Amino acid sequence: MHATATHDDSKGQYFWVWGALLALTGAEVWLGYNNQVFHGNSAHMLEVLLVLSIIKSALIIGYFMHLKFEKALMRWLLVFSVSACFVIMYFFFFPDADRIINLGVK
Amino acid sequence: MADATLEHAQHGLPGEYEAPLFGAYSKKVGMWLFLASDSLTFGALLFAFSYNRIYTNPWPTPFHGESIANATVMTACLLSSSLTMVLAVFAAQRGDRAWTRNWLLATMVFGTAFIVLHGMEWSKLIGEGLSIPGFMTILGVSQPAGAGELADISKNVPQFPQAFFGLTAMHMLHVTIGVIYLGVVAFRKWFLPILAVIWIAAAFLIPSGNVFHYPVNVLGIGLLVAAVILFLKPKDYDAHDVEVCGLYWHFVDLVWMFIFPLVYLMSTRIS
Repeated sequence: MHATATHDDSKGQYFWVWGALLALTGAEVWLGYNNQVFHGNSAHMLEVLLVLSIIKSALIIGYFMHLKFEKALMRWLLVFSVSACFVIMYFFFFPDADRIINLGVK
Repeated sequence: MADATLEHAQHGLPGEYEAPLFGAYSKKVGMWLFLASDSLTFGALLFAFSYNRIYTNPWPTPFHGESIANATVMTACLLSSSLTMVLAVFAAQRGDRAWTRNWLLATMVFGTAFIVLHGMEWSKLIGEGLSIPGFMTILGVSQPAGAGELADISKNVPQFPQAFFGLTAMHMLHVTIGVIYLGVVAFRKWFLPILAVIWIAAAFLIPSGNVFHYPVNVLGIGLLVAAVILFLKPKDYDAHDVEVCGLYWHFVDLVWMFIFPLVYLMSTRIS
């Protein structure tokens, strides 16, 4: 068995991660129903929900998928390459969406 | 090759192979590379959804409390399935075959619950008039001719049903493939007759006017692929295989963590 797959970690921490994920999901649902805390600003709500989703995904990738326990080279190469692609997608898609709004196209 | 290297490394023997670059066996690196590429597929779909969300004003908010409650239960099912998957990997690593199978079965049950709940949600939304213009006709799906809120959305903001069905269908397909994958790893050839019975029963029981009448044949394709794999390369799946299929399953869970807030919570109708 590979060393990184049999690291000495207790099962307890996975139950904590599971509980944290459920709690974060509960917080997201609460925010969905109480969006007055954002004063009707849906962009602000989107940002907060995305931050919570990124925290949840980091917990899943780090603990459940064991990336936290892999070699640093594998960890950083995967995270950097996929993140870079998402950043490129962001700059490809969103300026155009803004352009459509500013042009008044319906 | 990487496996051979690890065997050498484990026994302290001087191996003739180089140490693996990522310090992991090749199957795991292969799965990570696949997941990296698949994350771009979902990334593109999520960006397309967000793009539509930004430039469509006002964006429909059709999801009432019942839909949000249903989606929250679906999320809990997927999160719990990830926990049982981790427990299956632990059981496999200590060589406990019975508990590996039990935890994998629990993961499959949670995954199936997710698919069934999602299918019910889809059927309800379609029944109330949400549809992709033209596409439902191709599938032969019967829809009420009413002029409800969801029918209006389909007519006036077709971006919403297109983005919603496109994104969630892709995810549901991944969950279905995941459940079949887990079944193959847990039960090997014994899973084939089980899958065949489920496929045939679903094909006969789902009425022709339902949106899942044709897509249920994905189970038949899955059966064919699983049979080819199991008969061409029969093997006893070990802890590595359980860990690799776990990576796939956690990825499916991970994607839903973005779909749930973006698609459901950002379209909540507060009454």
